[in-house]
Amino acid sequence: MVVKKGSWVRVHDIILTAKERASNLPEDTKKVPLEMWTKGVLQSDAKLGDRVRIKTITGREVEAELIEVDPYYDHNYGKHVPQLLDIGVQLRNLLAGGDTDEL
Amino acid sequence: MNSSYDRMMSRRSDIIRKSVGIDYSIFEYGKISFDYEKMMKETGYTLEEMQAIQGETGVGNTPLLELRNLTKLARKLAPEGKGARIFIKDEASNPSGSFKARRAANAVYHAKKLGYKGVIAATSGNYGAAVASQAAMLGLKCIIVQECYDSKGKGQPEIIEKARKCEAYGAEVLQLTVGPELFYIFLKLLDETDYFNASLYTPFGIAGVETLGYELAMQFREREGRDPDVVVCTNAGGGNLTGTARGLIKGNATKTQIVGASVNLKGLHMASDTDFNKKSFTTGHTGFGIPFATWPDRSDVPRSAARPLRYIDRYVLVNQGEVFYMTEALAQIEGLERGPAGNTSLAAAFSLAQEMDENETIVVQETEYTGAGKHIGAQLSFAIDNGCKVFSGDPKNEVAGENIILPSHPTQIKARDIDIDKLRKSYIKNCVEMNNISEITKEDISFLMDDCRVSEEKLFDTLRELKIKTI
Repeated sequence: MVVKKGSWVRVHDIILTAKERASNLPEDTKKVPLEMWTKGVLQSDAKLGDRVRIKTITGREVEAELIEVDPYYDHNYGKHVPQLLDIGVQLRNLLAGGDTDEL
Repeated sequence: MNSSYDRMMSRRSDIIRKSVGIDYSIFEYGKISFDYEKMMKETGYTLEEMQAIQGETGVGNTPLLELRNLTKLARKLAPEGKGARIFIKDEASNPSGSFKARRAANAVYHAKKLGYKGVIAATSGNYGAAVASQAAMLGLKCIIVQECYDSKGKGQPEIIEKARKCEAYGAEVLQLTVGPELFYIFLKLLDETDYFNASLYTPFGIAGVETLGYELAMQFREREGRDPDVVVCTNAGGGNLTGTARGLIKGNATKTQIVGASVNLKGLHMASDTDFNKKSFTTGHTGFGIPFATWPDRSDVPRSAARPLRYIDRYVLVNQGEVFYMTEALAQIEGLERGPAGNTSLAAAFSLAQEMDENETIVVQETEYTGAGKHIGAQLSFAIDNGCKVFSGDPKNEVAGENIILPSHPTQIKARDIDIDKLRKSYIKNCVEMNNISEITKEDISFLMDDCRVSEEKLFDTLRELKIKTI
């Protein structure tokens, strides 16, 4: 799929390879590279996975790997956590003078 | 090692000096000392100036609310005659949703005054949104650098939400995997753009929080005709506590006890790729609170203006499950749905109130906004997805990274004291080691006594243990 110049995209880059990383790191972090993600406007037609140039919202030029087109957020409020439901019920009962905490 | 990395790090002090417009060396003297008050006075703003600057962008004057139902609950659980009245300063009402708007307002105003075209801040927290919001109001460009993902590309929901919010204000967000080399990227960006370093730890940033403490003192006095007995501050980098305490002092509330509260994340390494997503709090925790208290100058400026040991009277820890419980309690019985991290001090205050007399008062000095990602549901679900067990029980058995124990009864919420003398000792040790000294001057002695409020006797004991001579 060709991604058109002018598209809003997300890019990824390796900033430091595992070998290039700082010396004072925990063992697990030492084994992995330092990676970076940012977003901007694609400067020429490209395919996902290509090394591309983008212009960020502040006008910086960044060269990195094209990984996403029209990026969006999908973080949410999580799944139902039953223990949370109990808290309100328990507190209302306590305030009402009872010491039961049943639904 | 990467040569670009080495070159950039070796230019560190020049880049920082240029990007904050402060020559810190003019405040330094002795072997380790610097004139903190002179730095705050000469490079900061007066309280009146700060109030005016913040007022221009709608920052500050947040409501002080009494938490009557939580007070009632605390009194039911406390011994007869105990249970202080609990108040909260609703800092979520600031334009960007947290007290950080106060810090950012001053920093961004200062950047604009000095003629910088943009601002950069290295932060995964509310401060990023605050800087982005202020930059939008003042017409400056803004770049926020976040530590957000682990090596599998899995991001903390709370930090992803902060990225969204920064972008909503028109900022560029640069996200990184775990590691202290974030500072290298930060320097590179400062060097490339010539933007202002809107560090959290400059004198103007910290002075920006003084308005919070001052406002709190004035509001409380107007309402109750007296000063609060205790103010509890969530403590991470130390700026919240430092600024609030300084503001209270400026408002003459000098008898108010300052309590710091952090979420206990003992055992989780902050620079560890695998521990990164075992945390269910990304700020307000001991991973920042303790290292920054015992070595404030680890920050992104040579001399941090956030120096909590100068002001802290008591330091308590609460567990993740306790803070989540209190976040739910605040919504359920006080009708205030707020973000979890800001409620760290609320969880502590709920416990401390039960030690205090009924006629005493305790103030929680902040709240923060909540939303997708930055929410108890999202953060608990994320913990479960990362193999952390979530259940009801006694939170004293919680092990950070392994489980989150929501109290099965509110009596189990207990603020646990940590020994500030130990932190003071550790600070002195760090001062000696980081400056690589074997002797110390008389003026350094008085600096250390001020900077960590240690007694002369205890200071000399520690210096003897460290084999440091006084000259």
